[in-house]
Amino acid sequence: MLDFFTVTLPISGVPVNVLLLVLLGVAVGVLGGFFGMGGAWMVTPALNIFGFPMPFAVGTDLCHMAGKSIISTRRHAKFGNVDARLGLTMLAFDVVGIEIGARLVMFLERRGLAGPVIRWVYVVFLFLIGALVFYDYFKKRALDRRGGVVADGQSAVRWHLTLHRINLPPIVHFRVAQVRCSMWLPAAVGLAVGVLAGFLGIGGGLLMMPALVYLIGCPTYVAVGTDLFTVMLSGFYGAFTYGLKGRLELLAVLFMLLGAAPGAQIGTIATKYIRGYGIRLMFGVTVVCAMISVVLKQLQMGTLASWFVMTGVSAMTLIVVIGMVRGAARELRTRYEPVI
Amino acid sequence: MKRSPAARLAWTVVALVFWLLPVVARAAPAEDEGKLVHVADTRHLTGFNLFVANLYNTDRLLFTLLAVGLTAALGLALGLLMDGVVAAIGLNLERHETRE
Repeated sequence: MLDFFTVTLPISGVPVNVLLLVLLGVAVGVLGGFFGMGGAWMVTPALNIFGFPMPFAVGTDLCHMAGKSIISTRRHAKFGNVDARLGLTMLAFDVVGIEIGARLVMFLERRGLAGPVIRWVYVVFLFLIGALVFYDYFKKRALDRRGGVVADGQSAVRWHLTLHRINLPPIVHFRVAQVRCSMWLPAAVGLAVGVLAGFLGIGGGLLMMPALVYLIGCPTYVAVGTDLFTVMLSGFYGAFTYGLKGRLELLAVLFMLLGAAPGAQIGTIATKYIRGYGIRLMFGVTVVCAMISVVLKQLQMGTLASWFVMTGVSAMTLIVVIGMVRGAARELRTRYEPVI
Repeated sequence: MKRSPAARLAWTVVALVFWLLPVVARAAPAEDEGKLVHVADTRHLTGFNLFVANLYNTDRLLFTLLAVGLTAALGLALGLLMDGVVAAIGLNLERHETRE
């Protein structure tokens, strides 16, 4: 019966079940809207499992990421979670960093070292980000138990306060993020994230979100919204360049967008009902999933790594959907409660 | 510190130029690029699929512009549609209080 939904894609010639594409779109839409990332690390292996050649998987993913991010960014902007000035500042230096990272890769490739070095650097950074997120979470819990207070929009880990002391002009005020700092701080952080993203060959959302929280000092919600804004712009650039190189399957993008539209709404609205630290904790778990999948790939267990990613993505999607449904039900109950 | 509209515009242009320069540089194919040519097989295609595959084979730039434009338009349209659906359910979609 499911054969009815199988179509042969016009450009790559790959036969694929469109229901799977729509479901993948839903999952990535939910997690992307919730965490503020493109989700290349989830989509690329999934499309590869569905039979897409790797370059087509990357190009198709980037194009779908741009469309999906429009939906999430619009919603986050209405919630007041997007600091466009901060996003543009970081993005301007992020692309320069991506170029530097890409050149580093070429340098390693000429020496035959690119593959293993990149994967292990990726693992180390994912481990560090995961460890930082969990450290912050448990430090906050310990503070709560001792009666300490972490103000809204602040973290238990406060590296950003030290970085805000850098007084190199111009000093700028990012109104939405409620951050006042030297313009060179987001510029340097954007550049560093770009170098890493270019070096590791990823979109950068996975790195940008924690960088915005811990180095710039954004509230979690603004970090998610601003990150999505940058992901949207870089996604369009990626779609353009891969389209020119002929590695983009338009029909697959459109099917995935059909799923990503409700998914992105669910993920974005879920941020309304789940506390910032809840988002950070789930982000930490996601980062660990990504790390384990890379380790499995490095150990030549590519298929297992892909299935691991798919299982982790499904579980996280389910948790976010449940959180959103419960929160929405609570809101509707409160609003329509009869007044006696 | 308030900025004048002109300063804001200049600031945005500078940011966009920073962003676009590497984009343009990267979009220009290197000498070795483009040797691995992929051609879509149009023999069994009809309708929209045939149109897309023909465009892909004949004009890559137009195909790319169609892909990017269609993705943006569909993303925007679906976003608006889903806004309507969520609003019909009765959820508040305006600015909300943030809690860490």
